[in-house]
This record gives sequence, structure tokens and C-alpha cells, in this order.
Amino acid sequence: MMAKATAQAAGTAPAFYVTEEEHAHPGGSTMLGFWLYLMSDCLVFAVLFATYGVLGRNYAAGPSGADLFDLKLVAVNTAMLLFSSITYGFAMLAMDKGRQAAVQGWLVVTALFGLAFLGIELYEFAHLIHEGATPMRSAFLSSFFTLVGTHGLHVTFGLIWLAVLMTQVSKHGLIEANRRRLMCLSMFWHFLDVVWIGVFTFVYLMGVLK
Amino acid sequence: MTSYPDWWKLLFGRFTLESIPYHEPILIGTFAVVALGGLALVALITRYKLWGYLWHDWFTSVDHKKIGIMYMILGVVMLLRGFADALMMRGQQAIAFAGNEGYLPPHHYDQIFTAHGVIMIFFVAMPFVTGLMNYVVPLQIGARDVAFPFLNNFSFWMTVGGAVLIMASLFIGEFAKVGWLAYPPLSGAAYSPGVGMDYYLWGLQIAGIGTTLSGVNLIATIVKMRAPGMDMMKMPVFTWTSLCTNVLIVATFPILAATLALLTLDRYVGTNFFTNDLGGNPMMYVNLIWIWGHPEVYILILPIFGVYSEVASTFCGKRLFGYASMVYATVVITILSYLVWLHHFFTMGSGASVNSFFGITTMIISIPTGAKIFNWLFTMYRGRIRFELPMMWLLAFMLTFVIGGMTGVMLAVPPADFVLHNSLFLIAHFHNVIIGGVVFGVFAGIAYWFPKAFGFKLDRFWGVLSFWFWVIGFYVAFMPLYILGLMGVTRRLSRFEDPSLQIWFVIAAIGAVLIALGIACFLIQIGVSILRREQLRDTTGDPWDGRTLEWATSSPPPAYNFAFTPIVHDLDAWADMKKRGYQRPLTGFRPIHMPKNTGAGVIIAGLATICGFALIWYIWWLAALSFIGVLAAVIIHTFNYDRDFHIPADEVVQAEDARTQLLGRA
Repeated sequence: MMAKATAQAAGTAPAFYVTEEEHAHPGGSTMLGFWLYLMSDCLVFAVLFATYGVLGRNYAAGPSGADLFDLKLVAVNTAMLLFSSITYGFAMLAMDKGRQAAVQGWLVVTALFGLAFLGIELYEFAHLIHEGATPMRSAFLSSFFTLVGTHGLHVTFGLIWLAVLMTQVSKHGLIEANRRRLMCLSMFWHFLDVVWIGVFTFVYLMGVLK
Repeated sequence: MTSYPDWWKLLFGRFTLESIPYHEPILIGTFAVVALGGLALVALITRYKLWGYLWHDWFTSVDHKKIGIMYMILGVVMLLRGFADALMMRGQQAIAFAGNEGYLPPHHYDQIFTAHGVIMIFFVAMPFVTGLMNYVVPLQIGARDVAFPFLNNFSFWMTVGGAVLIMASLFIGEFAKVGWLAYPPLSGAAYSPGVGMDYYLWGLQIAGIGTTLSGVNLIATIVKMRAPGMDMMKMPVFTWTSLCTNVLIVATFPILAATLALLTLDRYVGTNFFTNDLGGNPMMYVNLIWIWGHPEVYILILPIFGVYSEVASTFCGKRLFGYASMVYATVVITILSYLVWLHHFFTMGSGASVNSFFGITTMIISIPTGAKIFNWLFTMYRGRIRFELPMMWLLAFMLTFVIGGMTGVMLAVPPADFVLHNSLFLIAHFHNVIIGGVVFGVFAGIAYWFPKAFGFKLDRFWGVLSFWFWVIGFYVAFMPLYILGLMGVTRRLSRFEDPSLQIWFVIAAIGAVLIALGIACFLIQIGVSILRREQLRDTTGDPWDGRTLEWATSSPPPAYNFAFTPIVHDLDAWADMKKRGYQRPLTGFRPIHMPKNTGAGVIIAGLATICGFALIWYIWWLAALSFIGVLAAVIIHTFNYDRDFHIPADEVVQAEDARTQLLGRA
């Protein structure tokens, strides 16, 4: 593909420049860039996990995880998020086949699961606060609310992003730029899933252990 | 204090008329000067109708070269502010002895040392380093721009937003009084209730977002956009060190962001991460902040090592000695920098085993760093050394930095550190490595790449003068601090009892004045060079007989950097091209695909800065409004699919023909 020019008539000197531009790839670095961003975000969660690890048993004579957590509720919540990841996967499969309506449909289902997840989380938070287990009560609760809340905030922004992308897909169709954006949101969404697995295990499951 | 009605609090949060420090003559004087200077600048720009030019050609530009230059200008402006703080501290400490309280009350002095540290690290050293990387890296790898040009513009304006907040604290309210890393519980709501700490938190948070994104951007650029043929081990050393630095940025700035966010929650919401009661743990903050903080000093010094490497090989006229070992040393430093953070607080009491581990890892870092020093020395050995300004800075750096490195190894020994911790010895040590390393290197880099960026060299006379003032001033200012530190004087004191110490502080103050002269000479050097630009003109694009690709194009380079993307066959690609008879192509130009300018970066960063300001003053309606504004602006920006254009072939032909004529004149 790449035509090279010989810079000198002498013939021995090699080509020093590309005469014919390679086909330009706008966004050719986007996937790598987005991965790097995700890793940086992962470090934010690493700090929150580490903080929870250090402070998570500092109850300050207040309630502990075993007193507070309702594992059944969290299990339902986890299922919502995992299902939303699967349905996002279906949306991506539909995208590969170029079926725009199916993509939009699966994205709606994903958003509904995401909303359900957020709703349950907010209900849980409200319930805890109502019981007096506020973020201000102890270092354990501070780190719990911040870790789980930061994840929830990410899901919220993911949902806003999802809505924006659905508008853009309906406006411009599955053009290259939109496919790239859908890929990025897909990585973001699955990343949040992975983080949640950590939260579920580290905070909830291990939290109810004595 | 008058009480303010509810509508006032609703409208202006905790801002009151008493927040304006009109009772501080120093601040009023400063404000008058800044306001008059600012008005004069605005008047001049308006008079010469430059607003449109500035907006279209600079503020909204996505050209990595222009963004790089804007970073450097930001660094110079903030250097003046940060150095003014330094002069005030030196003045205070030189006179505040034996009953004399000096001219700075403690609450003002504490703000000054905090502002000095914050500004010098975040808004002087970081913009300088980011500016150099932005300008040089794409040129060195034969690319036309960075991977994400819009993001680059946005990152810059976020950095400016942070700087604006820090500067605003001078005249509206106050700044933090807690030292540059703001350890809790002092920085918590109980002990620092004012707005100063909040200026610190939001200023750094906003600037930090910019830095992280610029790190992502430059990694993607270096990994994805190198010219054909330039494999990793053919990358110029500056590009290598930039890569490592940006890896460190992406690996550490999120930690800073999260840590500051936790402290922000403690202050705003009343959580208990770093409080003394309800299970909080202030040492958690100290650990986290240094997990960012130690790599940060390598973020600053690594690219500067790259600058020195480029300078060494160019001005010795030969290939850098030990290229591969230089690369490995850089990578090893990158990794080790993550394993030493605890040496900043051996006195925390983690016990002998933990302290030994971190003491040893710290000492190990001196090995790759020492290897670098030897590489530069051996590059000089049998080289044809040209004592141009950048080379002089390199020599001053090698002598000075080795001293700083040795005192660093002394501090790395935990038992010694128990004596020296938080003493002026430590202050002398890190100024020794930051001034003797980073600042000298920035000046070397400016002198080296200035002709590339502007098309004319810097005036030598004023540069040499600036060099000697800086180097001598540094030794006069900081050697006394080593002595004082060994005598047990601790940092951050605003007045002293023992009159026998005073002489050392007076000497240090003289040193600071010498450095001030060095800065003045640097500014004069820029001015004189602009006036004499015709005599100093570089028509070749390669004024130093350079070795890397940035010297293959014109000075200043065209917007598209290279009319044809270069093909790389060897390390020091441009030296190789010159040696093997490269002929510049004169025909066959094609349209060039480039990104479009956009005002979105200025707008989003501006709204984020307003949001930060509103949060600092508890003006909740404005905070909510500007945050929604940020979201809306980002979303609107994503609806813009029309982000690039082609520079028509005629324009490329024109630019290249102009260069052909220029080369013919030379």
C-alpha cells in the first residue's frame, strides 16, 4: 500500500519520507486512549477500595456491615447490573450485524436494568440513612458510602452517556464515529460491572462475615 | 463583623465584604499592580484589535505547538508569582529575630509558604514540563499532532482554571495555611474552616483533571503515532522519558484526585476519613498523598532528563552514550518511583522493617540515576563540545544534581531521617534537586527549542547572565539551609529566637535576590531576542546541527509539521538523514488532513472553574448551574461530528516554497 519515494538519484540512499499518505484513521488511537482512561479510573477505585480496606472495620461503636447489609437485596441489585452487561453485549452483536433497531432496543433494555440498579441502590442508601447509619457516623460508613456511591455515580453518568448515544445513533445511524463511541461506552459499562464484582465481594460478602 | 441577611447568603454563600483583604497593605498593593497591569494588557489587546487573533489562533487552537507555547507562558507567569512568595519568605526569615516579628503576620506567612509550594509544583514545574512535551514530542516522532487534539486544548484550559482559582485566592478570601500537601487533621474542617483550604482542593482538582487527560493523550500519541520505522528502541530519549512520565501521570494523578476528593468530603459532608475521631485515620491521607507525591517528583524530572540527553548528544556532536541503558534506567526509575513513598514519613512509626524496606528502595533509585549521569559524562568524553547555553545548563545541572542526590541518599537512611525530617536540610535537598534538576533543565530546554518554536535564537549575552545569576544564586540561597537544617532548624517557621542563626538566613536571602536577578535577565533575554530577531534568525530549521526529527522541518514548523511523513531508519533519525544525503522534497505535495479548532475546551474549562469557585464559597445555585453547564457543553460538543478538514495542496506548496527560498538564502 505504502508507496515510497527514493529521495536521491544515487539509488543507495533509502526512502526518507512517505509520498502517499496512508489512509487517515480518525480516532485510530481512541480505543487505546479509552483503555488508558479506564485504567486511571480504576486507580480511583483502587484508592477507595484501599481506604475501605483500612477504615472498613472502624465502626466507632456504630453499626457494622453485618448489622446493616441485606444480602438478598444486594443479590438482586447485582443481578440487575450483570444483566445490563449482557444486554449491552447483545447491543454490540447487533451493531456488528448493522441492525440499528436491534441496537437501540437492547440499549433501552440495558438502560432499564441500569436504572433498576440505581433505584435499588438509592433505596438501600435511604434505608441506611433512615436507620441512622449515615456517612458521617463512622469511618466505616464514610468509606462504604463513598466507594459504593462513586460506583453509582459512574453508572449514572453511564446512563446519561447512553441516552446521548442513542440520540446520536438515531440521528446519524451506525456510522463509524458512532460505532467507536458505542465501543467505548461498552468498555465503560463492563468496567463498572467488574468494579461491582469487587464491591459485592469485598464490601458486602466479606462485610457480613464476622 | 456585620451579620448578613439570608438573601445575601443564598445569593453569595459565605462571601462577605470582609472577605476582601483590604486591611492587608501588601495584598492591596499587589492587587493594584496586577489590576493596572491587567487593564493595560486588555487595553493594548483591544487597541491593536488582537482579541479575534488570540481567540481564533491561540485560545481555541488544537495545534500541539501553540498549546505547548501557551503552557510555557503559563509557567513563566506563575513562576513570577511563586517566586514573589519565595522572596517574601526569605525577607521575613532574614529579619524576624530576637523579638523582631518581621513584616508578615503568621496567618499571612503560612498562606505564603503553602501558595509557594503549590504554585511552584502544580503551576510552574508541571506547565513547563507539559509544555515542552507537548511541543516537542509530536515533532520528534514525526507526527502532525497529538492523538486527541481537542482533549489537549481542554487539558490546557483546565490547568489554567486551577491556576486562576489559586490566583483568585490572593484577592478574594485567603489561601490555605497548611503546607503544600495539606495534611489533615490540620486541613480538616475543624482546624481550617475558611475558604483557603477549599481554594486548594478545587484548584488542584480542576488542574489535576487536565493533567491526567494530557497524560492519556501523550501516551496514545507516542504509542500510536510514531513515524514509520521508528520502533520503540529508535525513539529519541526525550520521547522515551516523556512516555514514562505520562505513564506515571496516568498512574498517579487519579490517586491525587481521589485523595483530595475524600478530604473534600470530610470538609463538605462531614465524613470521617481523616478526622481524629469516629474511626478516621489522618495517616491514611499522608500515605495516599505521597503515593501520588513521590512519583510526581519523577514526573517532573524524567522529561528533564530527556532534555539533558538531547542537549548532551547535540552539543557534543555525537550519539548519546548508552542509549539502551538510558532507556532502561528511565523505565526502572518509573517503576521504583512507586515503591518509595513512605520515606517521606519514616517518623510515622511504621517500625524498623517497613522503614528499612523503603529506605533501601529509595537508595536503589540512585543507581539508575547515577547511570544516567555517567551516560551524559561519557557522551561528553571525546565529543566536540559546544558551550552554547543549553550545554552550560547541562553542566551546572550535573554538578548541582549530584549534590542533591547525595543529600537525598542521606535522607533515605531512616535513622538519619529522624534527625533531618522536616528540617531545613530537607528543604535544601528538594530545592537542590528541583531547581538544580528541573528548573535548570527547563531553561536548557527553552534555550534549545526556542529557535524551533519562534524561528530565531535567544540572545546569548543575557542568557549567560541569567545562567550565572541562577547558578550562583541557587548555591548562595540553599547551602545555608543545609547548614541550618543540620543544626536542627525546622521548616515553616516565621520567626526565630536564636540570633546566631540570623547570618545564615541573611545569606539565603541574598541568594534569593541573585535568583531574582536571574529571572529578570531571562525576561530581558526574551525581550532583547524579540527585538534582535532579524540578527538571530534561524533560516535552516536546524540551528544547532540537531539529531532528531524536530530539526528536519522549518523553524517555526508549519501547522502540519511535516509535508511528508518521515521514514525512520536509525536512532537520531535526522542525523542519519543528513549523513546519508537526504534531499528535501520540492514537489508532489498533497492536501493534509488536520483537526479543526474549537472553542469547546475554553468553554467547558471555564464553566468548571466557575463551578469550583461557587463550591469554594458555598454559592450552591451557581455551583449547580455551572455543573449542569459543564455537562451540557460536553454533550453539545459530542454532537459536533465535523472535526477535521484538509489543508489544500496549494497552501502546502506555498508554505514549502517559502521555506525553499529561505533555505536558499542561508
